[in-house]
Amino acid sequence: MTIATSAHPTAEQSGGKTQIKPYTMNFGPQHPAAHGVLRLVMELNGEVVERCDPHIGLLHRGTEKLIEYKTYLQAVPYFDRLDYVSPMCMEHAYVLGIEKLLRIQAPLRAQYIRVLFSEITRILNHILSITTGALDVGAITPALWGFEEREILMEFYERVSGARLHANYFRPGGVAWDLPAGLTDDIWEFTERFPKFVEDIDNLLTDNRIFKQRTVDIGVVTKEEAFDWGFTGPMLRGSGVAWDLRKSQPYEVYDRMDFDVPVGLTGDCWARYLVRMEEMRQSNRIIRQCLKELPDGPVRVEDRKVAPPPRGEMKRSMEALIHHFKLFTEGFHVPEGETYTAIEAPKGEFAVYLVSDGTNKPYRCKIRAPGFAHLQGLDFMSKGHMLADAVANIASMDIVFGEIDR
Amino acid sequence: MSEQALKEVGDHIAATLGDDVLKVELKLGELMVTVRRPAILKALTFLRDDPACSFEQLLDVTAVDWPERAERFEVVYNLISYKHNRRIRVKLTTDEDTPVASAVPVFSAANWFERETWDLYGVFFADHPDLRRILTDYGFEGHPLRKDFPMTGYVECRYDEDQKRVVYEPVRLTQDFRTFDFLSPWEGMTNVMLPGDEKAQAPNDGSKP
Repeated sequence: MTIATSAHPTAEQSGGKTQIKPYTMNFGPQHPAAHGVLRLVMELNGEVVERCDPHIGLLHRGTEKLIEYKTYLQAVPYFDRLDYVSPMCMEHAYVLGIEKLLRIQAPLRAQYIRVLFSEITRILNHILSITTGALDVGAITPALWGFEEREILMEFYERVSGARLHANYFRPGGVAWDLPAGLTDDIWEFTERFPKFVEDIDNLLTDNRIFKQRTVDIGVVTKEEAFDWGFTGPMLRGSGVAWDLRKSQPYEVYDRMDFDVPVGLTGDCWARYLVRMEEMRQSNRIIRQCLKELPDGPVRVEDRKVAPPPRGEMKRSMEALIHHFKLFTEGFHVPEGETYTAIEAPKGEFAVYLVSDGTNKPYRCKIRAPGFAHLQGLDFMSKGHMLADAVANIASMDIVFGEIDR
Repeated sequence: MSEQALKEVGDHIAATLGDDVLKVELKLGELMVTVRRPAILKALTFLRDDPACSFEQLLDVTAVDWPERAERFEVVYNLISYKHNRRIRVKLTTDEDTPVASAVPVFSAANWFERETWDLYGVFFADHPDLRRILTDYGFEGHPLRKDFPMTGYVECRYDEDQKRVVYEPVRLTQDFRTFDFLSPWEGMTNVMLPGDEKAQAPNDGSKP
């Protein structure tokens, strides 16, 4: 792959005027500001972007095809690997889809745990998004500070699921295990000092002159454009649409939570940054409410045809042993039907369109990734901006290639 | 998002679009409308602009492959209305050769989603501004999400040290691809009819054998 297809802009004499052909430049696929394997073919007029054609699919792993060959339970880990900076939210959409088709509901404690970890995931995601976005426009300190906090949050992940990133913790009908002892106290302690961290980032960035020069009025998206291009999540809220699936179509226990939905006014990169900052504070509020209200009880449905029996029971009961064996070889069968189940993932509306034909494997599992819709808007957002502003746009879209390429 | 409201919207759509609507379903609290293939642009424009519908955003376009059907592909559009807080699913059917009108003039977002559907299923979208492959490799052949495309694919690539480039070769499996369908007759959760099952159904006339 060449760095530049035409090394020099060629001048053409036409009727006395010198016309300069746009300079075609290749950006990526290995570029730190591309947030993964994004290849952009850009047409530049001087340093101004005239056209920008993202080439994606360099991380395509055929997840949807693989899922069709796995049982419902075996397909859960694939969801961690989609948007790998917010794994549990991806799982959340999938397990909610299965539960809808199975017509079951997770017990209350499991729902609280899921909401708790969805919000931890949102903070994880937004820290990465904001700090690497700041890195792209020249601020290195937030990244250094932010990754320290991310490490603490990933330790919570590890304590609850055994893995820092690819958790495989949410299961159809509940969660894999109950919270280990002492975890709630440590998360509570984290939430007490986390607002201080957001404050620090706020002081570093929000009114920083260089940061504002690079983000204010860059990549402005109007409300109509956001609707037209399928933008969701902070991209939509940044453009002044008060919409959050957690409020408007509440799933799990979000209807019991008291939180605010921040809305941007200007629709530029700075507005989206501000929306994400406020969402972290609100997530912190939700986490605290979850911890305060966390009820006792089972963390998985009692239906042995869906959720495996506890280990102890398997040592004594033949029935439990058979159930366990059947669940982990054959899996459960899902009644015929289809559902489009969406959740408010940190990046926007993440949805799973699940078609079941009554067997133990999904007939079709389409993953609707928010980043996919956002990235195709890069062309209109970057048109007329400088090359460096295209990078700011990519950062403010919160692009992660795991979910876009699938 | 009440069922009643969705049902009313469904009736409204069926009444206005008339013969272009083949079926309106409400399953699991989700509204599905099946339209005739040539009417898709009309239907999408109506759904977007009609004040009672106002589904402003196209969230997703995808397809489902049913090889045993006469028209094997089901193209699915998912829309959302922010005004009324509702969702709708629009469906149509097509086969390998029949083009579907591209929804790009109605929703710009359809562009990449249709490219993806073309890439993975081979559903052709007529008048699409830029119908290139999107997710698969440059120069890829075939449509991988079709049910008759093997999961292992046809080619594998590696870097060739002699030729100093990436070469593609027919896929070689060191172990046979194994798949189990588990549709066992012992599992009461599936309604599979095996040969002879029809005899097991007792006559339901109240008489004792």
